[in-house]
Amino acid sequence: MSTPITKTSWFPAVLSFGSVFAALLLIEILIRLGLINRFIVPLPSDIAAALPRVIIEEQVFSRFLLTATEAFSASILVTVFGVAGGALLYRFRLLREATETWVAAVAAAPLVLIYPLYLVIFGRNATTIVVMGFTAGLAPVMLKTLEGLAGTRRVLINVGRSFNLTPWQQFWKILFPAALPTIFVGMRLGLIFALINIVGVEFLINFGGLGQLINELAERYDLAGTYAAISFVILISINVFILTEWLERWLRPVE
Amino acid sequence: MFMGSIECTESGMAVATALTAVESSGSAAAAGGAILAVDNITKQFETPEGAVIAVDGVSLSVAHGEFVGIIGPSGCGKSTLFNIIGGLLDGYEGTVKVAGDLVRGPHPAIGMIFQEESTFPWRTVIDNVAFPLEIAGMAKRERYDRAKHFVSLVGLDGFERRYPAELSGGMRQRVSMARTLAAEPKIMLMDEPFAALDEQTRLLLGDKVLQIQQQLKQTTLLITHNITEAVQLSDRILVMTYRPGKLKRMIKIDLPRPRSSEIVSSEAFGRYVAQIWSDLREEASRGMHADEAAKLKQGGQS
Repeated sequence: MSTPITKTSWFPAVLSFGSVFAALLLIEILIRLGLINRFIVPLPSDIAAALPRVIIEEQVFSRFLLTATEAFSASILVTVFGVAGGALLYRFRLLREATETWVAAVAAAPLVLIYPLYLVIFGRNATTIVVMGFTAGLAPVMLKTLEGLAGTRRVLINVGRSFNLTPWQQFWKILFPAALPTIFVGMRLGLIFALINIVGVEFLINFGGLGQLINELAERYDLAGTYAAISFVILISINVFILTEWLERWLRPVE
Repeated sequence: MFMGSIECTESGMAVATALTAVESSGSAAAAGGAILAVDNITKQFETPEGAVIAVDGVSLSVAHGEFVGIIGPSGCGKSTLFNIIGGLLDGYEGTVKVAGDLVRGPHPAIGMIFQEESTFPWRTVIDNVAFPLEIAGMAKRERYDRAKHFVSLVGLDGFERRYPAELSGGMRQRVSMARTLAAEPKIMLMDEPFAALDEQTRLLLGDKVLQIQQQLKQTTLLITHNITEAVQLSDRILVMTYRPGKLKRMIKIDLPRPRSSEIVSSEAFGRYVAQIWSDLREEASRGMHADEAAKLKQGGQS
């Protein structure tokens, strides 16, 4: 008996890409039928056609490099301070009880609104963008680090205690690796939040890489180009997500 | 030193001569030089319903190379005693000494095997077993060689590079055992290590424990609520009462060594099981009634 098509290993991927393609096709048809105004939403086929033009004529790769550098700097800051902050909240109960609600509130707040303040403090430069990315990504990493450390199974901690581990060894040999899958969830969220805010602030202050490109294309009313650039940013976000997943699998091969 | 036997004599319990050798005060352990001496341990917990005495005046000793089982109903304080001896719990009265050294916290001479699955999922089998050697600062090659020996001892040759998620529950418990043994403890504490396993795997793992004990002459204190397991493995069994946990009786298991799980079908084994059950039945029944009463009270309050 042959395997049903829905049970094959490739079917979910085909369904996933097929759904995106079907949605784009539907939009294309609705625009061509005049049900969606093509001066607001360009044809997906025009966006696809504009992508090579945007990549070549608008120096997408050098702009991407600039955004990537800002995102990388923010990621390092988010990871270092987020994990350290989460570990501190785990270690000091009073600190956790006093601040956890505030950190959770910050995670849910539209932090991009704070950019004018950073603009005043740091000026219209890459520092403002990096600090904005850092601010947006910090809270999820802290909260997930805390959740991961607090969720470490008691028996694993007791194994460490039974082997007379120092607090430092207990953290690095047991607590941290046990919490790593949850920390990675936080990092994935944090890095995506950082990237969104970085591109958003580049757009708002018309400075830097891809966000500035989107702003320029929008101001030229090059709708297809604008959407092509946005698509490029979405592709970058997907790749960042895949990269963190791959990194997690590499660090924790079998669970 | 051993209080349970005195209680047993005081309460005037009938002792089947073929089964039980109740020692008055000087246990076999004391005669052979006790490596573990637990003296008059009492532990009380504060709960919203008031103070609960989990363990009350427990004294026992274990001689070098001896395998002692502690058996009791659920809630009798077995695990509390395990944590106290292992140095994981403080705030108790009495003393615990290992080879004359007072235990004030986790002690390098004590190795612990826990009831719950305790392998590190992010480490391979060999890295799990090498863990205590890594902590001790041993060079990588040397610790892998040593760890390989213990992996082999628990019968997991060929699984060195596998992760715990790729192993069965019984295999994971053997990894935990190898990890504890790799630290070469003077005494190994086991808290219901096979509780999560099915009966057949439990018997077969019992064989493995017997084999290792025979080979290493490893002093072991096993805490369990499984009578078969206790009789299969132990030289002596200490029966505990339901809350507050006291030692009720000591039973010497005069079954020949080396043993295997085949011994469970022998007549003598059956008599030991029946004798221990007759001791435990009353305690387990008390525990069950106390549990039911507590649940009833909770229901009434809500």
